[in-house]
Amino acid sequence: MGALPMVKSEAVHKSFGRLEVLRGIDLEVQPKEVMCMIGPSGSGKSTFLRCINHLEKIDGGRLSVDGELVGYVERGDRLYELPDREVCKKRSEIGMVFQRFNLFPHMTALENVIEAPLRVKGENRVQAVVRAGALLDRVGLADKVKAYPNQLSGGQQQRVAIARALAMEPKLMLFDEPTSALDPELVGDVLDVMRGLAKDGMTMIVVTHEMGFAREVGDSLVFMDAGVIVEKGKPRDVLTNPQEERTKSFLSKVL
Amino acid sequence: MSAASAPRPEAIKAIPVRHPWRWVAAVVILLVATSAIYTVATAPHLQWAVVQHFLFQDRIRLGVAGTLLLTVVAMLIGITLGVVVAVMRLSPNPVMSTVSWFYLWFFRGTPVLVQLFFWWNLPLILPTLGAFGWHVETVNYINPFIASILGLGLNEAAYMAEIVRAGIISVDQGQTEAAMALGMRRTQVLQRIVLPQAMRVIIPPTGNETISMLKTSSLAFITTFGELFRVQTEISSFNYKIVELLIVISFWYLLFTSVLTVGQYYIERYFARGSQRELPPTPYQYFRRRLFTLHAPPPQPLIAQRRDDSGQGL
Repeated sequence: MGALPMVKSEAVHKSFGRLEVLRGIDLEVQPKEVMCMIGPSGSGKSTFLRCINHLEKIDGGRLSVDGELVGYVERGDRLYELPDREVCKKRSEIGMVFQRFNLFPHMTALENVIEAPLRVKGENRVQAVVRAGALLDRVGLADKVKAYPNQLSGGQQQRVAIARALAMEPKLMLFDEPTSALDPELVGDVLDVMRGLAKDGMTMIVVTHEMGFAREVGDSLVFMDAGVIVEKGKPRDVLTNPQEERTKSFLSKVL
Repeated sequence: MSAASAPRPEAIKAIPVRHPWRWVAAVVILLVATSAIYTVATAPHLQWAVVQHFLFQDRIRLGVAGTLLLTVVAMLIGITLGVVVAVMRLSPNPVMSTVSWFYLWFFRGTPVLVQLFFWWNLPLILPTLGAFGWHVETVNYINPFIASILGLGLNEAAYMAEIVRAGIISVDQGQTEAAMALGMRRTQVLQRIVLPQAMRVIIPPTGNETISMLKTSSLAFITTFGELFRVQTEISSFNYKIVELLIVISFWYLLFTSVLTVGQYYIERYFARGSQRELPPTPYQYFRRRLFTLHAPPPQPLIAQRRDDSGQGL
């Protein structure tokens, strides 16, 4: 691809107390690439995702987004922590979708979507509302603008959450098991929205258990276990012809 | 096989279980209560005419105003400062959280009566106060009202801080994460996302604190501020009708605590919007529900009622 990678991770380490969750992650995600991450729970997929927008601090290695280190700035050969303001600014350029949606329950769908554009970007209200309406329409919820999250199904909530993240016009979207908390029959709608995003050229990292989605939409697939990347490659290759024993045993249980 | 074609069975009509002992208990308690009230009401030296005379008397009315003023101002100080102290306590800045800890330790650790008396007597040890060439004579500023709201307000802030902190902690961590992932600053997350949701947890105990403050404000008599209790002691030191005047002020305290109880219910409902959590029953609802259970199993309208509520919101 030639261009600067959107995400570059070199030997990233992360521990919670004495528990080492990430033990040296090396990977690159190119612009417009859709990378899917699979692996057993506790393998560090979600933690890695949270490191990318600095919800977690890494303990070792280098992690950069769009050519800039996450959470730090390097001058000479020293690292300086970024002030809160800078961290927030960088986070605002990365969208994140959570397993449990985390919509703001005291706000309507529309208010959820316009909150960050108004408060973080300082966008004018009329423009924010118009854009939010278009985004909600895009995820198929034009008629739910005034609904509160508890009046929406899980699938609808997750689609509002995607619209909320898109409202910040991010250059990278992180999905943390976006369909794991949904009833099987609602999964399809959410995946459709994500499929559309991928087609429009959004760079995405998707932690998922949806092997069908990974195979069909993903440009690359990473299998993680116990804090390391066990195997990576084209989704079709990894899923149908895994090289590592650990990958084989995992896939034999989930496929 | 098809369920639709099966005729619907007749509704069950059964004789409910009788609860004779509930009726016996009710009668006994009614008898004891009536006789107790009767005994007090017809006490030979209790002069109801005096009660009647003072109930709406001007000085008492001023006392009512004084009590209400103290309650409102002290609660405003308590809530505002309480939020600040709670946020400081949860701040990642160790200086802030330590300061907040000491505030709580000190103001919860000393009796509010002592604090009130301290503020009233502040000019004894600090005749002037100030810095950078600017000084004020404390004796000009510490009047009964200021001493009272300082004592009650600063003490209340310590208790409110704990209530607010509990509310903030009760909000799901995912909310903060989602807001931070959108790029919101700490203060924005707190103001826009966390505090509005914490309100649901904060409101009920705050109502409780307000009701409590209405009565605690009587301790401000020590600063000679003219609230109800002070007025009562002043009047009865002239006419010795102590119990009559206690009945008078109790009437006013009961009246306002009742009003506050009803008000609290509606504020709770307001902050419950957008949430599915069940609200605790107010004393009134509780009483009504208990009343019905005297002879029948408890009615359970809460679930149906909730569905109605959310239906209106759609």
